[in-house]
Amino acid sequence: MSTNKEFDFKNYVRGRYFPHIWCPGCGHGIVLGALLRAVHELELDKNNIVMTSGIGCSSRISGYVDFHSLHTIHGRALAFATGVKLSRPNLKAIVPMGDGDALAIGGNHFIHAARRNIDITAIVMNNRIYGMTGGQFSPLSGTGKKATTAPYTTIDNNFDVVELAKAAGASFVARSTVFHASESKEYLKKAIMHKGFSVVEILSQCPTYYGRKNKEGDAATMMEGYRKNTVKIGSKKLDTNPDLIQRGIFVEDTDRPEYCEAYDEIIETAMKGKA
Amino acid sequence: MGKGKSVTHVIDKEWCKGCGICVHFCPKKVLELDRRGKVEAVRPEDCIGEKCMLCELRCPDLAIQIKENQEGEND
Ligand SMILES: Cc1ncc(C[n+]2csc(CCOP(=O)(O)OP(=O)(O)O)c2C)c(N)n1
Ligand code: SF4
Ligand code: SF4
Ligand code: SF4
Repeated sequence: MSTNKEFDFKNYVRGRYFPHIWCPGCGHGIVLGALLRAVHELELDKNNIVMTSGIGCSSRISGYVDFHSLHTIHGRALAFATGVKLSRPNLKAIVPMGDGDALAIGGNHFIHAARRNIDITAIVMNNRIYGMTGGQFSPLSGTGKKATTAPYTTIDNNFDVVELAKAAGASFVARSTVFHASESKEYLKKAIMHKGFSVVEILSQCPTYYGRKNKEGDAATMMEGYRKNTVKIGSKKLDTNPDLIQRGIFVEDTDRPEYCEAYDEIIETAMKGKA
Repeated sequence: MGKGKSVTHVIDKEWCKGCGICVHFCPKKVLELDRRGKVEAVRPEDCIGEKCMLCELRCPDLAIQIKENQEGEND
C-alpha cells in the first residue's frame, strides 16, 4: 500500500459493521481515524498487523479494522497479544484499551508488558470512566468526579498513565488527545515503528456518561476542554498553572533489549546445549 | 487550497450521527446539519481543503472526507 494512493478510510475498515456502535460524538472513533491514517502513512501492509483487544467500548475497535484481529477478554488483551507476538514476532501488534481495561482489571498485565519491553503498541483511550457498562468510575477518574458508582463524587486518586508506564519500563511513552487528532496520529506512527513496549495515552471523550455526569457539555465542548487543559511538555504555561496536562513524547529509548529478540537469543543458546 | 483546485466533501449520511463536532470546529463555517441531523457542506466554495482537514480528522464516524480536485477534473 503506498501513500501515493489517496487515503480513504473505507480501504481500512470492515464497512459491513458501519455505522459503528459508538455513541454520537464518542472520542474513540477519532482514535480509530488517527490510527487508520497512521497505518496508511507508514505504508504498512494490512496483513502484517494484528490488533488484539479486551472488552469495552474502546476495545470494539478491533472489530472495525480490516487487519488480523482478536477480540478477547476484559483486561487480558496484553496477555493474548504477548502470545501472538512471541509466536509471530514479525507482525505489528497493536492493542487498543480503555482506561478500565488497561489499568483496573488489566493493570497487572500492563505493568508486566512494560517491564518486559515486548514490542507491542498499547493505545490507552482514556475517557476516565467505564463507558460500556454504564458509567462506573475508573482508576483514571480522579477525585471529585461523578459516576454512577459515585453519586456524591469519587474519593479515589487516579493513576497518571505516563508516569506509571515510565516507571514500569515502557520504552516509548506519549500522550495526546482527540482534539489533537493529527498529533495523535504522529505519536501512533512513532509508537508503531518503535521496537519495544510503547504506550500512547489518548484522552478521548465519553459524552454519554462522563460528560453528562460531570456536566461537561456536548462532545465538541469536551474537546474544547482538551485544548484548554493540556499543553506541550515543558510549556511556560505550567509555571502559572501546574495542573495543566502535558502532551508529547515522554520516553523514546531505543537501547533497551526487546523481549522477543532476547527470547530468540535464549533459544539459540539452548540449541547449543550449554546451560 | 492551491490555485485551480476545488474541494469535494465526500459525506456518508448513513455513517454520520450528527454529533456536530465538524460543524463546531470548521474555521470557515462550511458545514451545517440538515433537517435529519446529518452533515451537509452548505458553503463548499469557502472550504480551504487540505490546509485544514479538521472535519475529516475529527469526525468520530469516518463520515466525511475531503477530496481536492484539479480544475477541470470533475467537468
Ligand atoms: C472479567 C470481566 N469483568 C467485568 C466485565 C464488565 N465490563 C465490560 S467493559 C468494562 C469496563 C469498560 O471500561 P473501559 O475499559 O474504561 O472502556 P470504555 O468502555 O470506557 O471504552 C467492564 C467492567 C467483563 N466484561 N469481564
Ligand atoms: S458509552 Fe461513552 S465510551 Fe461508550 S460509546 Fe458511548 S460515548 Fe463512547
Ligand atoms: S463529525 Fe462526523 S458524525 Fe459528527 S456531524 Fe460531522 S460528519 Fe457527522
Ligand atoms: S476542511 Fe476545514 S474548512 Fe473545509 S469543511 Fe472541513 S473543517 Fe471546514
